[in-house]
Amino acid sequence: MLHALEGSQAIAQAVALCRPGVVAAYPITPQTHIVENISKLVADGKLKCEFVSVESEFSAASVVLGSSAAGSRSYTASSSQGILLMAEVLFDIAGMRLPVVMTCANRAISAPINIWNDHQDSMTVRDSGWIQLHCADNQEAIDTSIQAFRIAERTELPVMVCMDGFVLTHTLEVVDMPSAEQVDSYLPPFTFKNKLDPKHPLSLGTLVGPEYYTEARYSLHRALEKALPEIEAADADWAKICGRASGGLLTVEGPENATTAVLAMGSVVSTLTESNEMLPGNKRVKIIKLRSFRPFPIEALQMACAGLKELIVLERAFSPGLGGILGTEVRAALAGMQKPPQVRNFTVGLGGRDIPMSTLSKLINAAKTQAPGGFAILDVEPERLPPEDR
Amino acid sequence: MIEIRIHGRGGQGNVVAAYVLAGAAFEEGKRCQAFPNFGAERRGAPVVAFVRIAEKPILRRCQVEAPGFLIIQDESLLHIPSVLEGLKDKGGVLVNSLKSSEELTKEYGRPMIALAGSQMAQEIVGRPLANVALLSAFLTLSAILPLEALKKALSKRFKGDVLEKNLKLIDEVGAHVTAGQWKKEAKHVACA
Repeated sequence: MLHALEGSQAIAQAVALCRPGVVAAYPITPQTHIVENISKLVADGKLKCEFVSVESEFSAASVVLGSSAAGSRSYTASSSQGILLMAEVLFDIAGMRLPVVMTCANRAISAPINIWNDHQDSMTVRDSGWIQLHCADNQEAIDTSIQAFRIAERTELPVMVCMDGFVLTHTLEVVDMPSAEQVDSYLPPFTFKNKLDPKHPLSLGTLVGPEYYTEARYSLHRALEKALPEIEAADADWAKICGRASGGLLTVEGPENATTAVLAMGSVVSTLTESNEMLPGNKRVKIIKLRSFRPFPIEALQMACAGLKELIVLERAFSPGLGGILGTEVRAALAGMQKPPQVRNFTVGLGGRDIPMSTLSKLINAAKTQAPGGFAILDVEPERLPPEDR
Repeated sequence: MIEIRIHGRGGQGNVVAAYVLAGAAFEEGKRCQAFPNFGAERRGAPVVAFVRIAEKPILRRCQVEAPGFLIIQDESLLHIPSVLEGLKDKGGVLVNSLKSSEELTKEYGRPMIALAGSQMAQEIVGRPLANVALLSAFLTLSAILPLEALKKALSKRFKGDVLEKNLKLIDEVGAHVTAGQWKKEAKHVACA
């Protein structure tokens, strides 16, 4: 049914439809409204679940680690410094192969402190072994949250649903909220074969010496690779129920014969798509929406880039001292192609800087002069820099 | 598509105003988008929220740079130069103020419509929050949505005495502005 809902409220309702057994979270802007709404659903008796208020994000992650290991469907949400404080536990959750789902309301990292949106937080834990899926709008965030539980429970991997803080979490827009029947028909009750059970004792996360550590880590890598078809299937099966897909691993929009493409993740894809539609027909580019950042869909990306001369990677974070993170990964992923496109790499919209409609044209122009292997921050304002950095 | 920017101060229900206006558009079967541009989250600080109303799904997620209409919840905000920035030619400005429209127009050198929103809200609702009164005035002036839609959206957010009083406020405000005065403007500022 269609509703006009704030993103956070929509996510709270979508998570509730998935019938979690345990939710633990600590408030942090811009994630707070999500768990606030979930706690209200619990308090109003609309969601039967153990809601654990904790004293830090480290504890929130630890609670869902434990509850998931005990066989309960578990959910948390955080942002920015909260994700960093969780970092140690996030690696544990993945290493123990626990199917926890969390929402990352993407926000910048301090210092300097900044509460607004970019992707530095989820990027910083990209090697934790979590699946990371990005959402272009609130409908995708709803549908992806539901799919996340299925993916997590089938792959025994934790899933982080990344949605842009404020830009999605605080935006009210029209969304179709699935019915309980639809979600129930899609998501079976959670049964976890590795759950901690006194009748069948089992240890998780114990000390592993050099003789098995490599294999444990390799298996985690393989599990993420094997999750690729699960992510696609989860989206396709959900589309059969509700008539809408969120984009599998990635999607390509725009003219078939365009030889330039722009690749991006998250809500900026929406703005780029509308900007692209407003360009004259012969100037339009392909827009590649990368939904699955972990696992990284190398093969699907190579196929999406076949025939391209130029691929402009637009990202919302970077690695100081290197440059783009997504851009560097895309270059590596495409190196195996027979005729890879030239990859241009830009970061934009750090710490909530607005990404206006003019960004697409500016990007296409800036790409013309970027050296191979280059990187730039598209919207840096030289006059705001100290003279030595201009 | 019509783009609206709402200026207020923390605590004046600026974001609620944006959400309710977008909600009213939804009640009329339109597509809508409303979001805040938070600065420092504290009472009294200038805050901005944006609303987009369209017939088709809205893809763009950037801030509203060239609004067709401005709703100003606090006249003192007009002293901040950026408040009027980007307003489209022939765009409308609605200000919560005890002054008359003529006085405001003369003082700021461009057409403005004044509404004693806080005063009316104080009298009818018992709290000097102008947001609902301003939305009622805006919809009466622009006629982009019926007041019924505003009432429906409001009733999804509030109930009981608060709702009843606000519904009364919506009706009362209608008599203080000229219905349809911004009809032409609404057509003029609509963008693709």
